Amino acid sequence: MNSAFDLRIGESHIEVHKFRTGAILIATLLALVIQAWFPLHFARAALLDLPLLVTIYFGLSRRNPSTGLLLGTAIGLLQDSLSGPTVPLGLFGMAKTIIGYLASSIGARLDTEHPAARFALTAAFFVVHQAVIVMTRRILLAQPEPWFNLHLFAAALVNALVAVFLFILLDRLRRPS
Amino acid sequence: MAVMPSRHKSLVLLAGVIVLQVLLLAVQNKRDSQGRLIRSWTVGAVSPFERAGSYGFGWFRDVWRNYFALRGTRKDNEDLHRENDALKLHIAQLEGKAAEADRLAGLLHFRQSQADVPMVAARVIGGSVGTASLTIQLDRGEHDGIRRNMGVITPDGVVGKIIEAYPNTSLVLLLTDRESGVGAKVADSGIQSPVGGVGEPLITMKYVPSDDEVSVGQRVVTSGMDRIFPRDLPVGTITEIKAGNQFKQIRIKPAANLEKLEEVLVLLTLHPLKETDSAAAKPAAPATSNPAPVSNP
Repeated sequence: MNSAFDLRIGESHIEVHKFRTGAILIATLLALVIQAWFPLHFARAALLDLPLLVTIYFGLSRRNPSTGLLLGTAIGLLQDSLSGPTVPLGLFGMAKTIIGYLASSIGARLDTEHPAARFALTAAFFVVHQAVIVMTRRILLAQPEPWFNLHLFAAALVNALVAVFLFILLDRLRRPS
Repeated sequence: MAVMPSRHKSLVLLAGVIVLQVLLLAVQNKRDSQGRLIRSWTVGAVSPFERAGSYGFGWFRDVWRNYFALRGTRKDNEDLHRENDALKLHIAQLEGKAAEADRLAGLLHFRQSQADVPMVAARVIGGSVGTASLTIQLDRGEHDGIRRNMGVITPDGVVGKIIEAYPNTSLVLLLTDRESGVGAKVADSGIQSPVGGVGEPLITMKYVPSDDEVSVGQRVVTSGMDRIFPRDLPVGTITEIKAGNQFKQIRIKPAANLEKLEEVLVLLTLHPLKETDSAAAKPAAPATSNPAPVSNP
């Protein structure tokens, strides 16, 4: 099996990446573990949403909407499960399902290897992710949840900045083409 | 049957997954359940990694804190040691000044209670050079009116007498010296006898007849018969009495602390002193750090 292949859409060539065995599983677990534990020692780390970044990265890299949304669903539900009883199962699950689908769909149409593109896409996905969570809480759960504010704007920028460097690290998990 | 395009498949899958999760949310809301089983499985699966991560981070943090983060500790420790030494020295100086202030306050109060007796305060600047005699050297001498055979006291009691007076210093023979002696009496009974030193911390009362009644704890004061010390200055307290053939062997603990003398008063007269009350030695006025002369011309 080829480790990478070209996806032809019109005249453009988008490379679809494969990863080392277990890389996605380990990266997902690490993201969840660090997300659960890092803010305990560094309060400002609560701004980060590492499971979201992992969802975005693998969605953009795999460029398959079905696997992207399923991966997002799995990561989101795991995050819900680890977030305690105040977060209902499906809250992050739905948000990350949508992000996984969108990232995979966009990744199939655009070259997302450039750091600037990664920064912009991550910031945008963070906003969408937050919007889905807010709507889910407000509409489905009838819970008060603030709309986008300055704090979340800062969080979007921080996550986008971290994503630029994290994605470079995650690139090393790809199988050489 | 028409084949569904790939994009539509993923959209259907997306819709299905979303609907399932909406239903999951609805079930949780309706039954007020929190998906306990799913959470339990997830936590059970992830917690070993969290635990391992926590231990790993703890180890890394300990290594960092206990080794790498201590690079500047040696210098900090040296600086703190230096600062600590300086503070200790400063505290010792302050304690010394406080003790000196207390002593000077006692001298001042005693001096005020004996306003009609000429006396001069002097600081002890030296002690016995050898073991042959028990003497101290004062920082005041003939220029301050000090002469041989003048009595030297503290508010607590008799110290000794001047045996040499130099222009600016003087030498005091302590009460505990073998050559020393002072006319004394037992305060309660009035039994009189010279008291002298034997070269030890305790002094002796030499000629008390065996049939005279004295007891341990009685105070001994000056009798004024030696023409050096006025009457009724505290000499000491009887601590031991042994029967003898003709005279009792009586040992007395000096009233003045002769082993820790720093300031004394030199009596510039042989006139009798008035009775002093028990509070005479207590500080009653603010003290100065230098023993100012309190002579009364």
